[in-house]
This record gives sequence, structure tokens and C-alpha cells, in this order.
Amino acid sequence: MQTDSPSPAGPAEDSIPKTGAQIIVDALLAHGVDTVFGYIGASVLPLFDRLYESPIRFIVPCHEQGGAHMADAYARASGRVGVVVATSGPGACNLVTGLATAMMDSIPLVAITGQVRTDLIGGDAFQEAPTTGITRAVTKHNSIVTDIRDLARTIYEAFHLASTGRPGPVLIDVPADIEFQKHADGPIRLNLPGYKIPKNGHAKQIGQAADAINRSERPVLLAGGGVITANASEELRELASKANLPVAMTLMGLGSFDQRRPESLDMPGMHGTPYANFAIQECDLLIAVGARFDDRVTGKAEAFAPKAKIIHIDIDPSNISKTVPADIPIVGDAKVVLAALAGCVEYRERPAWFARIAEWKRRHTVDYDRSAPTIKPQHVIEELCRRTEGEAVITTGVGQHQMFCAQFYKFRHPRQLITSGGLGTMGFGLPAAIGAQIARPDALVVDIDGDHSFNMTMAELSTAVQNELPIKVCILSNGYMGMVRQ
Amino acid sequence: MKHIISALVENKPGVLAHVAGMFAARGFNIDSLVVGRTEDPNLSRMTIVVIGDDHIVEQVRKQLARIIPVVKVQDFAGRAVVARDLMLVSIAVPPEKRPEIFALVEMFRGHVVDISQKTVMVEVSGPETKIEAFIDVCRPYGIKNVARTGTIAMPRQGTSED
Amino acid sequence: MSSESQSSAPAIEAAATVKTGAQIVVDTLVDLGVETMFGYTGGVVLPLFDRLYDAPIRFIIPRHEQGGCHMADAYARASGKVGVVLATSGPGACNLVTGLGTAMMDSIPLVALTGQVRTDLIGNDAFQEADTTGITRPVTKYNSIVKDIKDLERTVREAFHIASTGRPGPVLVDLPVDISVGKYKCNGKAQIDLPGYRIRTKGHARQISMAAEAINKAERPVLYVGGGVILANAAAELRTFAEKAHLPVTMTLLGLGSYDQRKPESLDMLGMHGSAYANYAVQECDLLIAIGARFDDRVTGKVATFAPNAKIVHVDIDPSSISKNVHVDIPVVGDAKHILVELTKEVEYRERAAWFTKIADWKKKHPFRYDKKAKTVKPQYVIDEICRQTNHDAVITTGVGQNQMWTAQFYKFIRPRQFISSGGLGTMGFGLPAAIGAQIAKPDATVIDIDGDHSFNMTMTELATAVQYELPIKVCILNNGYMGMVRQWQELFYNRRYSCSYLKNPNYADVARALGAVGITVDKKEDVPKAVTQMLAEKQPCVADFRVEREENVWPMVPAGKSISEMDGLTILESMA
Repeated sequence: MQTDSPSPAGPAEDSIPKTGAQIIVDALLAHGVDTVFGYIGASVLPLFDRLYESPIRFIVPCHEQGGAHMADAYARASGRVGVVVATSGPGACNLVTGLATAMMDSIPLVAITGQVRTDLIGGDAFQEAPTTGITRAVTKHNSIVTDIRDLARTIYEAFHLASTGRPGPVLIDVPADIEFQKHADGPIRLNLPGYKIPKNGHAKQIGQAADAINRSERPVLLAGGGVITANASEELRELASKANLPVAMTLMGLGSFDQRRPESLDMPGMHGTPYANFAIQECDLLIAVGARFDDRVTGKAEAFAPKAKIIHIDIDPSNISKTVPADIPIVGDAKVVLAALAGCVEYRERPAWFARIAEWKRRHTVDYDRSAPTIKPQHVIEELCRRTEGEAVITTGVGQHQMFCAQFYKFRHPRQLITSGGLGTMGFGLPAAIGAQIARPDALVVDIDGDHSFNMTMAELSTAVQNELPIKVCILSNGYMGMVRQ
Repeated sequence: MKHIISALVENKPGVLAHVAGMFAARGFNIDSLVVGRTEDPNLSRMTIVVIGDDHIVEQVRKQLARIIPVVKVQDFAGRAVVARDLMLVSIAVPPEKRPEIFALVEMFRGHVVDISQKTVMVEVSGPETKIEAFIDVCRPYGIKNVARTGTIAMPRQGTSED
Repeated sequence: MSSESQSSAPAIEAAATVKTGAQIVVDTLVDLGVETMFGYTGGVVLPLFDRLYDAPIRFIIPRHEQGGCHMADAYARASGKVGVVLATSGPGACNLVTGLGTAMMDSIPLVALTGQVRTDLIGNDAFQEADTTGITRPVTKYNSIVKDIKDLERTVREAFHIASTGRPGPVLVDLPVDISVGKYKCNGKAQIDLPGYRIRTKGHARQISMAAEAINKAERPVLYVGGGVILANAAAELRTFAEKAHLPVTMTLLGLGSYDQRKPESLDMLGMHGSAYANYAVQECDLLIAIGARFDDRVTGKVATFAPNAKIVHVDIDPSSISKNVHVDIPVVGDAKHILVELTKEVEYRERAAWFTKIADWKKKHPFRYDKKAKTVKPQYVIDEICRQTNHDAVITTGVGQNQMWTAQFYKFIRPRQFISSGGLGTMGFGLPAAIGAQIAKPDATVIDIDGDHSFNMTMTELATAVQYELPIKVCILNNGYMGMVRQWQELFYNRRYSCSYLKNPNYADVARALGAVGITVDKKEDVPKAVTQMLAEKQPCVADFRVEREENVWPMVPAGKSISEMDGLTILESMA
């Protein structure tokens, strides 16, 4: 979609030539960036030199992977675009895991990488890597700037692409000579003819969905990370209470609906609650919002929600009917569509359905052996939840502890659980806690981690020390890779 | 200058990605790229038109040859080759002007393949210069749409092999 | 030469047994002579790990896949064998990218096996799914995904063949979990089938004669040797050749060790931070004989004025390396070992007294120097002392930056495969995992990682791996509290605006002890020899934190875009004489 530029097009005769490095810094400032994460190197020296003189806070990790996870968690915790900078070659390669983590979880991230001089590209120069080639599969979009006249526009486009539609990481590769060159920019006009963002959802489809909800005896609302990304928790709650629907949440959706409420079914899926899984298998209508029916949620896709008509609300048309066929697809922004739906639904009691759910919840609580003399990891998390009154920002690694966390910490607010859901990246927890703490300086931020996950990125502890961040790391140490051993 | 490079590649998944990725990573520009099957079901032929000086094209040839599933690479520059493009072009022509277009089509040895109330679709094949010339003569009528295959080529018999 | 093009393998039904994919992989690895593997477990590689448990293969588990990949890489560099690394899908595969890129740029034979989600889930964004072949295509010599168990054994054999022949490099094989658990009747005799893969071993005889003739005629020749000589195991042939033709020898960073640096004919390293005498000799020579080197930007400086008076002979196994950056007069494509033997037959000894006198003068006037009278711990002094106490005999790994350049300048190497460093990609954090991989390849060698503080920070968690496997590696941190090379550039080109080049470091001796290793801190110059002695005597992994002069620079230095004879810092060096 052609997007309006901040000011009308036309030659701006008064603009002064600036170096590429300055253009980048100014473009970051124009997008309200106050924090950048990243690691210096030869090809980004000019950029760092300009950042040094800017009001932007710069956080230097021990390893670019850490920097990418920090920027990612900063975005998850704040709802803003995270920005990470790395040098060419190894710096860019070190971002790959972080970009893929953000990609799988649809996190808005802008990565700026240095590149060798344009005249050296393709010659296997020192610290050269074909960054756009390597990261093509792990970014929503990427591009290399080989003409300084395209630089500002490319950065504006990157922020636009990263933060709109289904968000995701966008990478811009900037050769060192582009950072040095000077150019006077006119007004900036985005040029993305191939990029279209669905927003409102088809009115007829919304009407059909409302109808189906009103008629349903045994509905389940399934909220995914898309609800949080769209800042639509309020609208979700509104719909759920107006239509009287029980709510299940995927790992990424946790926090979108207060888990202390009786309507919460908590998390379904492989390590989910039995009552969420029973409810989905028995329901006659499944309303999925911003969820993508991945294999950890559906199990065997053909046997998933066998009795249900499926409404699928998602901003990404390619998600719809990808693994599970949708009966009523609605492509649009969750916030807008949920509000529209809430306007069309009626309250229904559904006493039999809620009684059944209550019975399942009573009989099949997720529990552990409370009389054991050893330290049970579940007990640690439960205690943490009690002491923090369910209000802490929690980050995790990947594996058993991540699942215990999802099961035993009862989340109340969106952006409160920060975890690598899709890629399942071990070592995410510690740098994520750092990024989250920077986004929310007054929050209590706890990384609930596994020992092996912590091992992967533990050097970043010194980043927390250097920046005086009061993060807590709680290691559930069992000396094994718990999930693999299991 | 334009070079026509012909690469015989293994017919298996990922080969096109390898080739396209190499061009992007090394900063070479592709003018056109055509992939099609050959007489051997295990092999495909890619015909790639590259613009660049001899040094660049030499690198292209070597870098292509380096890709494991690329079986053979030939640069047809300086050799007698038959090079052909195929084009479908839709031209805005009111019925009264159709004879003019038909005459042009005849002259270029093309075929009219579809006619509607306001348009005529023409198929033209030949060397790129001929295709370009046909576009030029049709331009005054209004070109609605162009689809071109890009160049395929084969050396004339009797010229030496690489 | 075309690789064996046997028609599809005749099925020897009698010998065939039904095996799982995981078993086929493990049996093929054993058959190919793999003794050691590095890797990290995860969901979709469990079937492989289960089979490896019973196999006669030593398995080393790092703390992060990047570490595992660097270990396998250094194992290959130290041993000359193919390094093997295994990782799970998604994050595991993504974590390999930097290690693969490092191996790719330095042409290191490596085979990476990655798990992948079930073939029916591929492309659905399943849990821990990533497009591994797409991501790693630019950082591997070749990669492929096995979608049919019939292709499995052949693909694994092809991976080893491609990784280890021609110009070596990393090859990745992606294994969906349903292939690993699938069953297939397999006879263990699959034949490779690579019609597009040709290796030219023997050089063109006429080109070799032309090169020999040029050498015999040259008044001022220089032999410029790269990592290709080490990869081709051609160091002995190089020495014979250089001695017979009487040639001075300069080496690239990756070529160090191919020629004994104690010999007077050694010009040591050339290029950006190379010796003044090597750079002068290259700029003045009338014939430059490049062997297994690729004329990269850190060697040539400004390409247009590189070796302006020289005719250039370039011997390389990779035709695409020839005339890529610098025009070559006599290209010889082939295996360095073979071509050096052929060249040696045709060359004659020439005195070249004037040329060697000139070189001796340059060497006398512009040696690598540092301020020996300084009261602080000079990083160069630490390396000097390590070289002295190990009698040039240690295997040295490095990080990237000043630590790497000082090591290349002040440790005088005498054997190939003795210096293990990320030359092309310049990967910080390579040093520690590389030391682990090298120590596993050479259990009896003294292996020392000479590292920078920031490089060490990147992968220091691997110290726990060294402790776990009881490897007596030494880590010598030249700790200046900065990213030294970046700080040097900021000092020289950015008015000392030290933007983000400073990090608050942990106490490394404490970190070492916490991870179960020995930790030493050295702040005083007079304690350096004793500390080096102690470090060398340790039987456990040992970290020595040398608090070195904070704003020391690497000299000489060819600024970007200048000819290599236009070096900065020569007067500074002379003032230290």
C-alpha cells in the first residue's frame, strides 16, 4: 500500500547534505527510537560515531545474538519497534537466530547491518557475508542500499513494514561507503506497491461469524499472539464477556485474557491444560483470533476440534486454512474485527457448557507432587507468582521450564510473558529480560530459565551489570536438558 | 555488453535458488533468465543474459561453474548463435485499425492469437532486436500488456565447442 | 576431472539390511572414518543421538551450537580431517550460521548435519522449523535436504566428498525427522553421483613451464603463500620449492605456519598489519608467485597499485579465485601440492644477491617492535614470552582484532596447522571453541587461545565445555577493556570518540573458577614470565587475564584505500628501537 509521506513531495531546496550515517540516525529519531541495541565493528564505525552524538541510548551486548533478542524483547514488552545494529560478516551472521526468533513470533524489529564497501561486494572481502541472502528466509523483508538516495526511504519503509500488517523483522544492509557519502534528502515517500495491509475485515464475514457465535451452544475463543501484537486485549475481553465465551490462549497469547477469571481455559496444546484441550475437542464453534494453528497447538491437525465450525481471524491471509481449514475466514486487524464482532453478538447463558468446563477444571487441574521433599520447579514458579501477585514481566528459555511457567504462572496482562514460541530458541531468556527491563524500567522482570538455556547466553549477565538493570534470573537447574531427557 | 550464458544444471529442487542467490550475493545483474527442461529428464538448461564487462562475465561463468549442481557452463559471446525471444503482446486496437496491425504482424512474421472488441493479442518470436522493433511500431496504438520469455539460445552447428 | 560417474549402484541385495535413517547416517559416518563429532541435541535429532550413543564416535557437546561449529572447524584445521557438527532444527541450525560462514570464508572442510521437522510439516512454520537450506546456502559450499530415505546414504557420502576435495568448504545436510526414523534396506555401498562437480588436480603443463620460466628469469621474486598451501598439505613441497629456486616467502594470515618463520627467507605476514619488509618486497618485486592465496582486500590494500612492477603467477585450485581481484599473468589451476612438485622440477637456483640484501636491510630497519622499556604490560610482550616459553611449538588459536594481529606478528610459527584463526569472516569469539576443537584433535599438543577480552566475552560459556571434557587448554586474555581494533580506528579516524567500544568486563579469573577452570590475573609486567610458566604447567583448563596497556595500537597499519607500502606507524616503531 502506498503510504503517505510525512510531508508533501517536492524538491526541498533548504535541506543540507548529510552523511549516510547521519541520515540513518535522523531516520531513527524521526521514528521515535530512544534505544538501540547492537555491537560495533569496522563497517558500522561511521554510524556508531553519529549515534555517539545522538540522544539515543545504546546498549552493547556481549554477542549480537544477545543484542537481537534484547531488541526483540524490548519490542514485545513495549509494543514499539526494536532496533538492532550489527557489523558485516560475523556480526550479521550472529543476528540470524535472533531474527528467526522474531520472525516466527511476528515481532516488529528493524536490523541495520554494516556491509563492506560497494566496490568490494562479491569479492569475499574481510568480514563480508551476503547478509540479505542469508537472512532472506528469516525476515519479513530485507534489502541492501547501494545508492545513498535510497537510504532514508529504505529505513522509513523498514519501520513501516516491521510494524504494520503481520509485524516482523526487517533488515537493511548498508555498505560502509554509503555511510560516508553525503546526500540532501527531500521529503520521503514510501514506495511499496506490493505491500497491502488488510484492516477492517469483510463485513459479510463478520456478520456470519457473529451469527455463528450467537447460535453456538459450545463455543471456545482461542487467542493467539496476534491479539497481543494488535493491542486488542481490551476488545478480546469485551467480546468474551459480551458473548459469554470461554477463552483459551496459545503460549504466545498468554496475558491477553486474565487467567484468574473463571472463563479462562488457560493454554491448550501439547503441554496445555486438559480442560482447554477437552473444551476444544468438544466445542461446536472455535473462534481463533491471531493464532496460527501450529503443530504444538493442534497436535494431529485432522483430528483437531472435530465437532467445530471454525472462525479464523488473522491479519495474514496466508495463515488462513494453512493447517486447519477455516469455515469463516476473516482477514483483518484483530483490534478492529473484535470490536466489530462485539457490536454484533448477544449474551447467551450456555449453562450446560460452562458447567462441563467447570467440572473439567475441577477434575483435571495441572498439578504436581506437593509433598515431595525435593525442590519442585513448579513450586518455585507458583511461589514466584504468589509473591509477585501475578504482576511480574516473565521471560523464559525453552524447554520444560518454559512449559512449567506457562502452566503455573497466572498471567493477567498482555506483554507480560516474553518467550520464544515459534522458533523455540534456547538462550532467549536472559537477553530478553534485559530488553524487557530497558523497555519497562519500573517493572519487576524475572527470567525463569533452564540451566542449559542459561548456559547458551549467560555472558549477557555482564550487560545487565554494565547497564545496572535489576533483572532477576531464576534458574531451574536440573543438570539435564529436561525436555530432551523427558 | 550483453552475454548469453547457457548453464546445464541438475533438475532438482533448490538449484534455481542456488543460482539466483549467487547472482544476488555477488552483485551481478541478470537481464533475463529462462529455465526449461532438456532432452535429458535429469537436466535443465538455464539461459541467462548478463550485462557487464568481460571481467564480470568471466566471474559469472566461474561462479556458476562452482555451484555443485551446475553441470556445464558456456558463454556464447563471440560465437555464432541462434538467439530467440518469445513475446505475447496485447495491443489496444479499435476494429477499424485492425488491418494496420495485421499488416505489421505479417511483416514481423508473428501470429494474432486472440482478438477482443478493443484489443488484439499477438505472438512474436525472434531475436531481441526484432521483438523490440515490434514493440516500437505498436507503441503508437497503445500497448496494454507485454509478456516475454527472455532469451534462449543455441550455437550454430559447425562452430567449435567450449 | 569428473568425479566417479558410475551408473547408479548395482543393488547387492544379499548384503542389504533394513535400517533406520539414523542408523544409516551413523553407519555411514563410521564407514567414512569419523571419530569425533561436535553437536547439540534437540527434539528432531533425538533419533540420531540415540544411535550415536552406541557408535564408536566420540561426541562433544558444546554450550551453544556456534561453539560446536567452531570446534568442528578447528578440529578440521588442526587435524586435516573433515570436522563434523550436528544440530537440531530451527534455532539449532540458525546458531550454526556464523560457524559455517567462518569455515566457508577460510575453505575449511566441514560437514554439518541438521535435524528438520517432518517433511509433511515443512513450510508450515512448525515448532522449531527454519528454512535451513535457504538460510545457509550462501555460507556453505553446498547444501541439500534429504526428502527420500533412498538418497540418504549417498547424500551423506557426497557431503564428505564435496567438503574435503577441490577447494574445501562446509557442506550441510538437512535431515527431516521422519527420514531419521524411517526404514530402508541399505547395503552401505551407495555411490556418489555429482555430474556437476569437477576437480582439476594437475595444473596445465604449459602454464607450469611458463611459470617456471618466469621464476628462473626473475631478479626480484616474492613467493606469496596463502591458506591453500596448508589445506593442500603442501608445506614440505613449498619449502623444497622455495629453497631450490631461492625465493623469499611472505604469508597471509591463513598461510602462517606453511613456512618456518625463523628462516631468513621468511618475510612473515604481508598486508594491512603485515611487516613493512613484506609489503615493500611485494611492491618492489618483479614477479609475485601466489599459491593458494586469494588477493583479498586486507592483503592487497589499494588493488590498482598492488605489486605494480610485478608479473603475477597465481596457483589455485579454484578457477574463480583467479583474476577475481587482481589481474593474473600466468594462471595455474590445480592442486598446490602437485603443482609445487612440478614447478620444483623446472626451476633453477639463482643467487639474487642484490634482492636479498635489500630484503635484509628492510628486515633490519623495520622489524615488528614494541616498547620494551614500558612499565605496563605490553600485549606484544605477553605473546613474545609465550612464543619463547613454548619454543615456537604451541598450537595457537585467536579471537579477532588486535589480539589476532599481534599474535600473527609476534608468535613465529614453524609448522602448518599450528595457527588457527578466523581470517576471512573475522569471527570474534572463535578463539575459545577453536582451542577446544584443536585440543581434541591434538590431545598431546599445548593449545593456547590468545584472545581479546571482547572476543572472549562472546563465547566464554564454552569454558564449561573444556572443563567437562578435561581439556588442558590455556586461554590468555589480552585484556584492555576495549574492542581494541575498533578503539584504534576511533582514535585514528574519529577523534577518539570511543562510541560503544568499551564494555565493563567481568573478573575473568573469577569466571574461570566459577566454571571449574583455573584463573590467574596478571597486572604487573614483572609477573608475566611466571604467569606464562604457570599457565603452561596447568593440567586443567586455565584462563590468564593479562591486564595490558589499554590504548596500545597495532603497527604498522595500511589505512583503507592506500597501497600497502603506504604504512602508518613506521616512525612510531622506529622510535622504540
